[in-house]
Amino acid sequence: MMRRLVILGGGTAGTVVANKLRRRLSLDDWRITVIDRDRDHLYQPGLLFVPFGGREDLLKRRRRLLRNGIQLLIGEVATVDPERKSVRLLDGDVVSYDYLVIATGTSSRPEQTPGMLGAEWRRSIHDFYTYDGAFALREALQGFSGGRLVVHVVEQPIKCPVAPLEFTFLAEAFFRRREMRDQVELVYVTPLDGAFTKPIASRYLGRLLDDRKIVVETDFMVERVDADRKVLVSYDEREVGYDLLVTVPLNMGADFVGASGLGDELNYVPVDKATLQSKAHPDIFAVGDANDLPTSKAGSVAHFSSDIFVANFCQYVEGLAMTHRFDGHANCFVETGDGKALLIDFNYDTEPLPGRFGPLSLLRETKANHWGKVAFRWIYWHLLVRGRWLPLPSRMSMSGKHRPKEEELP
Amino acid sequence: MTTVHVDAEGFMTEYGEWTEELAAELAARIGIELTDEHWKAIRFLREDYPTHGETATLRRVSTLAGIPIKQLFVLFPGKPAKKMAYVAGLPKPRGCV
Repeated sequence: MMRRLVILGGGTAGTVVANKLRRRLSLDDWRITVIDRDRDHLYQPGLLFVPFGGREDLLKRRRRLLRNGIQLLIGEVATVDPERKSVRLLDGDVVSYDYLVIATGTSSRPEQTPGMLGAEWRRSIHDFYTYDGAFALREALQGFSGGRLVVHVVEQPIKCPVAPLEFTFLAEAFFRRREMRDQVELVYVTPLDGAFTKPIASRYLGRLLDDRKIVVETDFMVERVDADRKVLVSYDEREVGYDLLVTVPLNMGADFVGASGLGDELNYVPVDKATLQSKAHPDIFAVGDANDLPTSKAGSVAHFSSDIFVANFCQYVEGLAMTHRFDGHANCFVETGDGKALLIDFNYDTEPLPGRFGPLSLLRETKANHWGKVAFRWIYWHLLVRGRWLPLPSRMSMSGKHRPKEEELP
Repeated sequence: MTTVHVDAEGFMTEYGEWTEELAAELAARIGIELTDEHWKAIRFLREDYPTHGETATLRRVSTLAGIPIKQLFVLFPGKPAKKMAYVAGLPKPRGCV
């Protein structure tokens, strides 16, 4: 009797999981199906560089990234019926499963903030987390003659929480290079009480913003955008004006997750944080950004947690106890402009700390970190999503890290 | 007089040590007099925490308890997520990750 594994979403997590399981599960016993709504896989870390004229090698065919023997089905998921163990697509097709992996990620929802979508969308109001958005913003930056550039985050959690800071640093360097930095006022508007979510990293990143004369507006919960007056309005009635707004809209998981009763208030699937198993349905797992893990929504988390998930899944389908525990490990390069970057490495229990990570420096701007980020594109396409082995441990290590004393902090 | 455990910022750290009388006292310390509307939010936070495992965000309170975010800012002015957690005897919302 063939067993059916269905993976919803062929992005980073879905592709890694499919390719790794394809090697572990025999095709004599298993049918592995990936369902995605379109044919192209987007290299999302590359979007950050597009507004500044970055390379455009961003898309590859999903089919070419999936191993032979994996079935790829193109279609939009309407609902999942966890009782009948079936997935219904918008075109009416029904796909049955024995085990389901939800890997449909998270996406930007500009329509969730009143006033954001409208005549000014992609004119004076931009995003850079989508392919079209990043290219529209490139044109807007090229044509920007000076004024107030506001970088804004609607609400946490967001995919790649360091990206808006990176964008701000890169924009600052961009205007300096064009010899117009003195004509641009840069403002970073965040719902958090500091530059970043974790206290020690927030101090380091806050210092970098300070050094670059970037104003930070904290605790700003946006209620609406007044696109005519070009101001952001908060729930407590503060206003921040802009000439050019680069916003990170509210992020939400896929609509079918909500429609199927599988999600929380933001359509994320509640899972056990050590195993990624759905709390409600044991034969459903959610990997990558689609789940509610209390760690960053990031490619590195998708990668590390997939390693743990695959090892556990092979035990689970044999009726064994799952013995591998995910620790929330995340590892992110943070571009800071001028060909430099810093690196952060953390998990559920340990916030980003300074020190060394192999040959790279943690929480310190170096050229080596920048080249690490640049090299990652090749690693992503050729090793990571193919499910090949990478010399990066799934679990975080304290080796090289140290907890700074108060007087050492910036 | 009872003693309760709190962290460096005064957020209670033991779920079981909270009482409704204590909530009123904590609220008074940050200048809030609790009305039925406040209680609706606080009871939701208390009930949600044990199953959810995290202090509810403003969006979660607004979606699941049906109190608009704007109203939460009126009830708990300034920093409603933190103030609600403080009064409900729950950890400071991690604001995220």
